[in-house]
Amino acid sequence: MPSITITVNGREVTSEVEPRTLLVEFLREQLRLTGTHVGCDTSQCGACVVHVGGRAVKSCTTLAVQCDQAEVTTIEGLARDGVLHPMQEAFREHHGLQCGYCTPGMIMAAVDIVNRHGMPDEKTVREELDGNLCRCTGYHNIVKAILAAAEKMQGAGQPIAAE
Amino acid sequence: MGESGIGARVQRVEDRRFITGKGNYTDDINRPGQLHAHFVRSPHAHARIRSVGIAEAQAAPGVVAVYTGNDLRKFVPTSDDLEESPIGDLICGWLIHSKNGEPMKAGSHPAIARDTVRHVGDQVAVVIAETKRQARDAAELVEVDYEVLDAVADPLKARASGAPQVHDVATGNLVYEWELGDKAKTDEAFRNAHHVTKLNIVNNRLVPNAMEPRAAIGDYDPGTGVFTLYVTSQNPHVARLVLSAFVGIAPENKLRVIAPDVGGGFGSKIFIYAEEVVCLWAARRLARPVKWNADRSEAFLTDAHGRDHVTDAELAMDEKGKILGLRVHTTANMGAYLSTFASAVPTYLYATLLSGQYDIPAIHAEVDAVYTHTAPVDAYRGAGRPEATFVVERLVEVAAREMGIDPASFRKRNFVKKFPHQTPVIMSYDIGDYAASLNKALELIDYKGVGKRKREALKRGKLLGVGLSAYIEACGIAPSKAVGSLGAGVGLWESAEVRVNPVGTVEVLTGSHSHGQGHETTFAQLVCDRLGIPLDQVSIVHGDTDKVQFGMGTYGSRSGAVGMSAISKALDKVVAKAKKVASHLLEAAEADIEFKDGKFTVAGTDKSLDWSAVSLGAYVAHGFPSDEIEPGLKEGAFYDPVNFTFPAGCHVCECEIDLETGKTEVVNWVAVDDFGVIINPMIVEGQVHGGIAQGVGQALLEGCVYDEAGQLVTGSFNDYAMPRADDLPNFQVDVTVTPCPSNPLGIKGCGEAGAIAAPAALVNAITDALGHEDITMPATPQRVWRALQKSKMPAAAE
Ligand code: FES
Ligand code: FES
Repeated sequence: MPSITITVNGREVTSEVEPRTLLVEFLREQLRLTGTHVGCDTSQCGACVVHVGGRAVKSCTTLAVQCDQAEVTTIEGLARDGVLHPMQEAFREHHGLQCGYCTPGMIMAAVDIVNRHGMPDEKTVREELDGNLCRCTGYHNIVKAILAAAEKMQGAGQPIAAE
Repeated sequence: MGESGIGARVQRVEDRRFITGKGNYTDDINRPGQLHAHFVRSPHAHARIRSVGIAEAQAAPGVVAVYTGNDLRKFVPTSDDLEESPIGDLICGWLIHSKNGEPMKAGSHPAIARDTVRHVGDQVAVVIAETKRQARDAAELVEVDYEVLDAVADPLKARASGAPQVHDVATGNLVYEWELGDKAKTDEAFRNAHHVTKLNIVNNRLVPNAMEPRAAIGDYDPGTGVFTLYVTSQNPHVARLVLSAFVGIAPENKLRVIAPDVGGGFGSKIFIYAEEVVCLWAARRLARPVKWNADRSEAFLTDAHGRDHVTDAELAMDEKGKILGLRVHTTANMGAYLSTFASAVPTYLYATLLSGQYDIPAIHAEVDAVYTHTAPVDAYRGAGRPEATFVVERLVEVAAREMGIDPASFRKRNFVKKFPHQTPVIMSYDIGDYAASLNKALELIDYKGVGKRKREALKRGKLLGVGLSAYIEACGIAPSKAVGSLGAGVGLWESAEVRVNPVGTVEVLTGSHSHGQGHETTFAQLVCDRLGIPLDQVSIVHGDTDKVQFGMGTYGSRSGAVGMSAISKALDKVVAKAKKVASHLLEAAEADIEFKDGKFTVAGTDKSLDWSAVSLGAYVAHGFPSDEIEPGLKEGAFYDPVNFTFPAGCHVCECEIDLETGKTEVVNWVAVDDFGVIINPMIVEGQVHGGIAQGVGQALLEGCVYDEAGQLVTGSFNDYAMPRADDLPNFQVDVTVTPCPSNPLGIKGCGEAGAIAAPAALVNAITDALGHEDITMPATPQRVWRALQKSKMPAAAE
């Protein structure tokens, strides 16, 4: 079995994994980081989105061995020193979640959208969310939350990247 | 209202754990020593099982056991041995009678098929192994010898003579042939009609697709004989009842069911499914926890689907457009087995709402429920009421168009205006103001400006259409006696217990279950409102049968109207007792004690004690005679509703169809709902948004398709189009309020309204744009483009 070393939420872990292990399995089953969810088996829903090297990826479609030597951030690592990321705050403030199942992936994808677009408009946000399904919210409040967070992240001169 | 009381836009208490990845869903739970189950499922829609070869799978690495249907036998009560008799079948809990008086024909529904498989995905065997991988790999090695039989997936074809039979007990695949209303009176109304509008309606089959797939962990403690089931359930107590009383796995007192955080349900997690039965049974058999979680493909194959009606409907009018009568014949596809509440959906949850918001003197509805070789169909957000609304709101829209009357005016002319109003189909509407919501909706959409917007759109190569949907639903499910007389196997009250701790903090134990609805916030708001304590001093406990004594769970928008009413009743008792305690502590007559904003005051004096002092006093029990007042402060209540509640409102959709591509874009959506009293407007708006999205999904995108052979064609998110962010607009959501007189809080319920109202509004908008009625859901670009070829196009103004 190959051995991999990944920095997950700032902590370096070295582990032997079966080559077919998906990143999401590694995170959920090996590291017990269960904040990252699995909502489908066709790479469609985005419940599994995490950041690898600062970019959003679907951890259900990434092999753990592909992330050897990479930096991975999951939803559990987004808040810093107990301070919520503006995106997390915005989801709460604007009621961008109901059952919470899509939420970790949504938030990780949303941070990436803002990282790439700065201050995106509504249309861009909706298009960019194409890889993330939410069955509860109708997206209305998710879009609102992302736009509000984008503004905060700009305004506060907040380091935009989570990493 | 106070900053966190009733009516306040309070941020959700539960959010912190979800936004930080600390939610606790069933699949996040792992029990020490747990095994993993993987099901072998039928690739055929209909086949006899000749044999199941398990030897190779059993020998595969990590495999602990492989079971087939015949292995699932009852435990001898006093030992770990098995009896000869199999465990009980899964049941359908609502007995419907056909019009000839015969009870519905329910075919047997074993957790794992014993001799025949009846839909693609039906369980044939289960492989249990040390790891999920090993179970999955070994499942490939199970060799099933099938004798493939003819199958039927279409409900109308299933009724044809010579059609393949799903269950022997149901001749002609007929589960029941049911009717409601007065046939003679309705026939008479049609004879007197000036105009009759007829529609043939297909209400497309949907897959609920809560984002969290179903999961279960069975656990058994041989020391105490106690079973624990962790399961993605909307109603853990009902699961416990069915698993003990009917399936017969464990007595209720030895079975604990925990539904932790649940990632959406929309009805699909009400039901008791085969996989949880098997996990629980195997946990005892193997004396180790057994975990299963569905992947999305399994969810498509085995979650109970929704809708799937084919309906012929006719509406009779006099010359002024006053509705005289409604006649409906519906064929409802039940799938291969009757799921837990399936029989009630196309009957009492459907035909009882066919009067809509209208004063219709005569209604007659006939419903044929039909077995097919497809996944079971049961309640999905709205459950029967979206189907009813679609029938009524399409009919009134088309009738108005045919008679040359403005559809809004046509509706107003026929609205129920006096309350209470007894419809010809059981329901007695307690209150409403239908014109108020319609008028507000028209104003918000700028109904007057529609003509101008149509002309402008045409210049851009778009056909603009506007459609209304004035829906009504029956929520607050339900008065136990009433549903009992209609065949329900259970009462539909709710329970609550309010436990006050010595320091004055409060735990509320509720039989409702939250899987996105935000009960931890709204229920706490009620407590804050009553007891005058801050939100963070209230905890809502739900989803565990060991903590909450009993409950009926969450569905049918019942948690506010029924669940919170139970809490309200328990709070009344708590306050009454606390006043008694306070009277002794304050040395005043009980009648003189006033309780307001968390303070007990002796009327007319400045003598007072705050909430926490009285709570402590109740537990310290030094200050009152305990032969008169029992120590402690804890009260419970069961609340049985006196009537259904009737949320109603008006949704208006404005859409644009691209003349070149046939793609429909929703450009504006107005929803004006009357939910009675609202506890948290932010949460209610969220419910409306989500409901509309599912309704738009049904109307534009989603359609579950089986081919002739019963193969599921739309078995993944690649083939089944879920609404995505760029398919939807922002929604304009507003309310009108008539407080519900049928429960102490005035709440009507809001969870399903959007899904009920939306499809008709959207299809009415599309047909308005097209200029004809010939379109079926989902109105995909291809279908709309074809329909466009039939439209008489107004020439685009240059
Ligand atoms: S789990 Fe659905 S995209 Fe990864
Ligand atoms: S909040 Fe439930 S799926 Fe998005």
